[in-house]
Amino acid sequence: MNDYNFAYLDEQTKRMIRRAILKGLAVPGYQVPFASREMPMPYGWGTGGVQVSAAALTPDDTLKVIDQGADDTTNAVSIRKFFEKTAGVETTEETEKASVIQTRHRIPEAELTEDQILVYQVPIPEPLRFLEPRETETRKMHALQEYGLMHVKLYEDISQHGAIATAYAYPVKVEGRYVMDPSPIPKFDNPKMEMAAIQLFGAGREQRIYAVPPYTQVVPLDFEDYPFEAGKADHACDLCGAEDSYLDEVILDDAGNRMFVCSDTDYCRSRREAGHSGRLGEEAA
Amino acid sequence: MYVAVKGGERAIENAHAWLAEERRGDTDVAELSLAQIREQLSLAVNRVMAEGSLFDPDLAALAIKQSRGDLIEAIFLIRAYRTTLPRFGYTQPVETGAMACDRRISATFKDAPGGQVLGPTFDYTHRLLDFKLAAEGEVPAAPAAEPRQDPTPHITGFLQDEDIIEREPVSDAVPGDLTREPMAFPADRAVRLQSLTRGDEGFILGMAYSTQRGYARNHAFVGELRIGSVPVEMEIPELGFAIEIGEVELTECETVNQFKGSKTVPPQFTRGYGLVFGQSERKSIAMALVDRALRWEELGEDNLGAPAQDEEFVLSHADNIQATGFLEHIKLPHYVDFQSELELVRKLRREAAELAETLAAREAAE
Repeated sequence: MNDYNFAYLDEQTKRMIRRAILKGLAVPGYQVPFASREMPMPYGWGTGGVQVSAAALTPDDTLKVIDQGADDTTNAVSIRKFFEKTAGVETTEETEKASVIQTRHRIPEAELTEDQILVYQVPIPEPLRFLEPRETETRKMHALQEYGLMHVKLYEDISQHGAIATAYAYPVKVEGRYVMDPSPIPKFDNPKMEMAAIQLFGAGREQRIYAVPPYTQVVPLDFEDYPFEAGKADHACDLCGAEDSYLDEVILDDAGNRMFVCSDTDYCRSRREAGHSGRLGEEAA
Repeated sequence: MYVAVKGGERAIENAHAWLAEERRGDTDVAELSLAQIREQLSLAVNRVMAEGSLFDPDLAALAIKQSRGDLIEAIFLIRAYRTTLPRFGYTQPVETGAMACDRRISATFKDAPGGQVLGPTFDYTHRLLDFKLAAEGEVPAAPAAEPRQDPTPHITGFLQDEDIIEREPVSDAVPGDLTREPMAFPADRAVRLQSLTRGDEGFILGMAYSTQRGYARNHAFVGELRIGSVPVEMEIPELGFAIEIGEVELTECETVNQFKGSKTVPPQFTRGYGLVFGQSERKSIAMALVDRALRWEELGEDNLGAPAQDEEFVLSHADNIQATGFLEHIKLPHYVDFQSELELVRKLRREAAELAETLAAREAAE
């Protein structure tokens, strides 16, 4: 496929995106507008993440793509194939071996290192969007650090439900300045966001890029008397027995029997290979 | 027993193969040629070119064939192709006053220089199914006259001579380009017009219709609607002057809208403008109406809170490729997020049940 440039985008576009990425890293959590291109996959399917990955990739990189934590979900397969075709980079399912990881909705369970870049696909980058639909207004609110509306929303959750009723895309404050949407990851993943790897966020349709540099403070919004709680299903993985990983619930039969399995397929596989086994581990093998 | 769903790759390949087969349909029926689509489905081709922002009837025909006639999918194919094309430079602005018109009508004057030319329009056809078309056969040639050689002047030009319609400020400024710079609000009129001309025909139509029904009504007269070809010129640096590199078919609509004035400025008609690739009459009229509605602030009108007046609302939602992508992405897996909400709702319900029990126990004790 020589008709297209390395990683599909032309060099000028990549330079434009890299500038936005650098600006994002310089102002953690700030949404940098960028001239998002039309990609050969639909908006809303990872075009922002794909553009950021395309600008970040070099021929020596090893790429991993996950969706819902899994390497084998159809859209992850499709994006991985896209880069295999257009960039010819090596791909892997092993978190440790990847230098660039593009993800939708999850952070891998294995701790990431300084040599890695985590690229998030972002549908709606604006954490205030569902409180104020107008971009002209929300930009002002960020500029003035006027985040009262968000706290009122969280407070209203507590008064109505007795708890903050946000389970994913749980808003965070970055380095004490910008309130940021961590993308629709489950709040279980929020505490992992203070990490050694570079985190880049791409929203193609909304034309925004933002970033969290390594070791940056990322704090979920909460109240002293209602502190943030990272939740997950109260089970261990039925395949590998892990008690510390985020779990998917799978309905097994008409009787409503369920099993719980790691959403991070690579984490689960590596644990099973190391000899760990869960409740149904024997049957699955 | 649960088996991790492997083989996503094979499923995708098989789905594509099946899709190709469905696209072709019954192989006993002759395959469509691109020329057939280009010539016989030309209005579909025009729409794909307009919303795909690429004037190339053959590629548009290919996109329609590949997309099985799903025009938004075809527009998407064109957009994704267009974005990979290098830019050699920019053409001169086209002079629509020099258009070789196939059609040119004015609703504001009974007659005017250049005349009223109906052209190939559906307007006065009775919408009766023509069963003769079901049988194949040639159509008799339409009567033809000598084409006009003189340019057809713009109707609004006559109004402008009288100073009774607003004058467009002349500017050599390079207009913005929303395919190269991120959209920012407020957007200037050139960017708004770019967004409208490549916006979804149905959306622009609905917005325009809403202004006619009273949501920021401003009655529009179709001052002029013209369809035809204009030459495209480009300055070649090596030559130092502009040469004609081809021609494009355009539909242009200029509306004459109600007037404004003040103590110092006597009343004057205002304008709405629509310009679309190909024969795209409905779209260009709708575009002109929405353009006019969006100009409320510049013209000193009230914000009535109507959707068509709301620049951010209109421009953020006009693009059908953005809209359809985001709408359809909800069919992608979301089970991680759903799981987190499942846990949350179960927890909230558990707590509510416990609270109810405690209250009931307390009541019983009293």
